[in-house]
Amino acid sequence: MWLRVTLTVVVLSLVSGAANAPDLLSEGSMGAALRFTAPILLAGLGALWAERSGVVNIGLEGMMIMGTWFGAFVGHQAGPLAGVLAGVAAGMSFGLALAVMALGFRIDQAVAGLALNLLAAGLARFLSSIFFDGIDGGSITQSPTVDALATVSLPGAQALLEPVASASIPIVSDVAQVTLGLVTDVSLLTLLVVALVPITWWVLFRTGLGLRIRACGEHPAAADSLGVSPAVHRTIALAVSGAMAGLAGAFLVTVASSVYREGQTGGRGFIGMATVVFGNWMVVPTAIGAFIFGFTDALRTRQEASVGALLLVAAVAFVIVAVVRGRHRSCRDAAGWGVASALLVSAFVLLPVVPPEFVSFAPHLTTLVVLALARPDLRAPAALGLPFRRGGSS
Amino acid sequence: MTRERLIRPGLFLAAPVIAVGLALLVAGLVLAATGADALRVLQDTIAYGTTGRSVVAVVDKSVGYYLAGIAAAIAFRMGLFNIGIDGQYRLAAFAAAVVGGAVVLPWPLGVVLMIGVAMLVGGAWAAIAGLLAAHRGVSVVISTIMLNAIATGIIAWLLHPSRLAVQAPGSNNVATALIPEGGRLPTIPTPLGDVDGFLLVAIAVGVLTWLVLGRTRFGFELRASGMSLRAAAVAGVDAKRMIVVTMIASGAVAGLAGMPQLLGASHRYGLDFPAGLGWTGIAIALLGRNHPLGIAIAALLWAWLERSAQILDLTGISREVVTIMQGVIVIAIVVAYELVGRMIRRREQRFVGLAEAATPGEGPARAASGA
Repeated sequence: MWLRVTLTVVVLSLVSGAANAPDLLSEGSMGAALRFTAPILLAGLGALWAERSGVVNIGLEGMMIMGTWFGAFVGHQAGPLAGVLAGVAAGMSFGLALAVMALGFRIDQAVAGLALNLLAAGLARFLSSIFFDGIDGGSITQSPTVDALATVSLPGAQALLEPVASASIPIVSDVAQVTLGLVTDVSLLTLLVVALVPITWWVLFRTGLGLRIRACGEHPAAADSLGVSPAVHRTIALAVSGAMAGLAGAFLVTVASSVYREGQTGGRGFIGMATVVFGNWMVVPTAIGAFIFGFTDALRTRQEASVGALLLVAAVAFVIVAVVRGRHRSCRDAAGWGVASALLVSAFVLLPVVPPEFVSFAPHLTTLVVLALARPDLRAPAALGLPFRRGGSS
Repeated sequence: MTRERLIRPGLFLAAPVIAVGLALLVAGLVLAATGADALRVLQDTIAYGTTGRSVVAVVDKSVGYYLAGIAAAIAFRMGLFNIGIDGQYRLAAFAAAVVGGAVVLPWPLGVVLMIGVAMLVGGAWAAIAGLLAAHRGVSVVISTIMLNAIATGIIAWLLHPSRLAVQAPGSNNVATALIPEGGRLPTIPTPLGDVDGFLLVAIAVGVLTWLVLGRTRFGFELRASGMSLRAAAVAGVDAKRMIVVTMIASGAVAGLAGMPQLLGASHRYGLDFPAGLGWTGIAIALLGRNHPLGIAIAALLWAWLERSAQILDLTGISREVVTIMQGVIVIAIVVAYELVGRMIRRREQRFVGLAEAATPGEGPARAASGA
């Protein structure tokens, strides 16, 4: 895996030089990437928890919205830490609501999720009209500002890496910049989010609870016959899923920005679902996917040239994949990737500057392209989306 | 048997009534909590909502909602969640506005051209999601939402004076060229006022959808695929083709959702073109149980709720109470339909069980037809 990481960094470094986009691998970009990755990563983890237990959680977006609203509401009055806790609680309650609807009333999981999204959007607007409208700095679509949480930096990193970063050594400087960006001025919440990745992996794949939850997602009838209640475990999973989404929302209002704003979540709940598919329902690949999407998300706020450089990066990546597929004898696949790569290179050459409107959907387009070109041999949990009924045929 | 036939739709009508009742209850509680006289507000709302002008406004608004709902329902019937109606209708309206503003044709050719363009663009945009789902296994939910964002960006880029738009003199609004008379739809005079002309098209679409879904082989295959792709495949349905065709159909109807606004009201696509119709369409499809008639009632109800919100403003109550009501209605109705459906299934099972017990050995169908 470290080989792949190194290769990626080298490629990015070379491309940023070739495309005249020095900001692609800068300290600022990496810091922004980390901040933008966190909510997507949390949404991905939330989707992972739910889907591993067999439930499709389309309501992630709504849970995130509740996280943003309650995070801002409580955070404005009682400080960011209380806001974060409130956001988590709000998300968790919606997760439990989904559990009641999809498991208790046995409504179609996707429909229940959609309904919760609609309710969450309406609720956020309604509550804003009562609590934010008329307050200093607030309105129906925005909350007053919330204080930020404390940030930390790795001691000594600045002193050690700064000189390397500013010296313009071709690839090494970029590596130093990237490292600096990842360890400087990192919010405590971001650290928590990153820590949740190994925690999730450990709980889901190394504890009895995780095993039981995964069993409910693969073959709930078998689990039920052994005394493992799918309803209970799916409820637990949905509560965690909602909590993650709520935390993502709280992150958006305390770290990524300092206010609740209508439409703030921007589809990140759904991008989170996409990261799970990208990661083949495994923890670390999901996190990697979240970072890829978060990185493109962050580039929207940086130099325009960086987004153009992304086209080249994607082209190189596609070429690599084409070579790999060609070696695996999937020639048609390889040809497809190769053609896509050529298209990207020509796009890069012909479009000197990527228009800002296009930049706005860079993460969404990336998600779409990644999903469209991903391996066809992905394996979802076997009972995903299927309602369980004791005595039924499943 | 006739009694049974009446009970089924009767129970299904009970569900929305219960849901609306629950929403009214919640709204009443919320209003009481904020110190308002709930009963008085209800009276005022009903009085305002039943004026001639209100009825016309409600019908006008419901036309767009109805088309969005039908679009969602077509996809829902096949088990697909076309969340991309938002992007589809806006892209379609934008394209239609550009073409309509550029090409001058006599009436009704201008209108027909714009409708055609809208359906084409909407269908094509949805087809992207359909193709990705059918051939690459990409979840329709995710791809349509991503396509929404992409559509927004594309429209934003094109809606610029240097590209496809013009700056309206003296205003901040950037919009496409004004559509000439040949591309405008007249209103229909009624005793209560002038109603949007696209209402007729919407009714036609609804009837057509009902016919196709319920009375043609394609409709049957679509519904069968929605219930079980594998079973439908056994019956000879090409799953991939069905997915793509359904999405195209859904997108084409979605493309029509922005037409009432474009052809009857604004005559140009500007920064102020209404957004959010897609989610309304989904909610309405859920409320109307994916049935063209149910969706019509749901669209009217939804439009009426939004109209009532305006009176709430005047009485000093937050109009967002209506937003909450809408959210509660959706949740309540989804739960209510499920419960009612289960009640009906249990009745049917009991009925079959009784018939089976009464005449052992014979098939339940034969016993039922005699009972």
